[in-house]
Amino acid sequence: MQAACLVAWELYCRRGDRLLFGPLDLWLEPGEALHLTGPNGIGKTSLIRMLAGLLRPFVAYDMGSSAMGSITWQGSFALQDERPALDPHLPLGQALAFWQRLDGHAAPLDRPLERLGLSHLLDVPVRYLSTGQKKRAALARVIGQRADHWLLDEPLNGLDRDGVALVEALIAERRAEGGTVIIASHQPVVMPGAKTIDLRDHPA
Amino acid sequence: MSQLAALLRRDLSLLLLGRRGGPVLPVLFFLAVAMLFPFAVGPDAQLLARTGGGVIWVAALLAAILPLDRLIEPDIELGMFDQWALRGISEESIVAVRILAHWLSFGPPLMLTSLIAAALLGLDGESLRKVEIGLLVGTPGLAALGVTVAALTAGLRGGTALAGLLVIPLAVPLLIFGAGSLAVGGDSGLALTGAVSLVLLAIAPFAAGAAIRGARG
Repeated sequence: MQAACLVAWELYCRRGDRLLFGPLDLWLEPGEALHLTGPNGIGKTSLIRMLAGLLRPFVAYDMGSSAMGSITWQGSFALQDERPALDPHLPLGQALAFWQRLDGHAAPLDRPLERLGLSHLLDVPVRYLSTGQKKRAALARVIGQRADHWLLDEPLNGLDRDGVALVEALIAERRAEGGTVIIASHQPVVMPGAKTIDLRDHPA
Repeated sequence: MSQLAALLRRDLSLLLLGRRGGPVLPVLFFLAVAMLFPFAVGPDAQLLARTGGGVIWVAALLAAILPLDRLIEPDIELGMFDQWALRGISEESIVAVRILAHWLSFGPPLMLTSLIAAALLGLDGESLRKVEIGLLVGTPGLAALGVTVAALTAGLRGGTALAGLLVIPLAVPLLIFGAGSLAVGGDSGLALTGAVSLVLLAIAPFAAGAAIRGARG
């Protein structure tokens, strides 16, 4: 059996007083993809943030669970959510360059930027970019991070048809290199052989 | 280490040169207070010289409050802190870097402007020396306090006004020792200002780091 990239057990999510879902167990092997679906407010974003380590799993003692949910990653991961995390007043090129410096590799982003259709926008301040262009810019940041695994929260929002196809191609490439991709989206995403979890099937 | 260097570079370009204000507004505010004071109390040179040091201290404290809303909150809203967290960069080290950048953006500029303020208020050389040394040891504490309070109030409605109100009482020890060193002879007041500053600097990264993690919810 191959080593798992992500193992998560006993995940419960509580927002405020409401228990959103749980218990949820996840197991992803290299090259696998997971599509999280469900209506608004079901906890897709919360689960993504939980998997990214930004939100602590809830310990549901009264539900018969005794242990804190555990999440174990094998390798590094990148997160894209609704915020691009790029300085709005900086030109796109400089905003991306900050993350390149921070991630410590000088590898040029030329080719990804070319594919994402951003090469001609490098001098434009991020705040002047359209919704779809900001999404593409955030993807460029994710690619530049060179993480093994991707966590994408609604990556297709605001993208045109070409953009959607591009995201699907990028996901396929990430998987081909042995990474895993987790997507939260209410839109259909073409990911051959991907697991799908509908959070409605895991009610608390 | 290179990560912290990249963070410092970004913080400096934002706070010292960039779009989040820069030192111009605090410096102008500081000068305005120093200019208004003689108008308010009248042209009594002795009175001005006696109270001028204290006025400079109060003006410096108020000027340090001006940039508080831009220190932490914009980066939380942009999702920067989340991205740093999943790269394993601790909030504590980010805050430490930001305190340094924040201090550089108002501490040295205020010390330079104090020369002008001292001339406006007619301070003598000895008082000016004490004001300058006092600001040198006191403003790092003010920077630490400012970043901590900015982290605590980030995301709250009316956070900016609240931040100002929170900083003022907490900065009172710095003010008492810093301005007090002018009235009392000797350098003990300056030493105590430095001590308060160091305590604030030691606590700030942990308090602000915990506040930022808590705000993530």
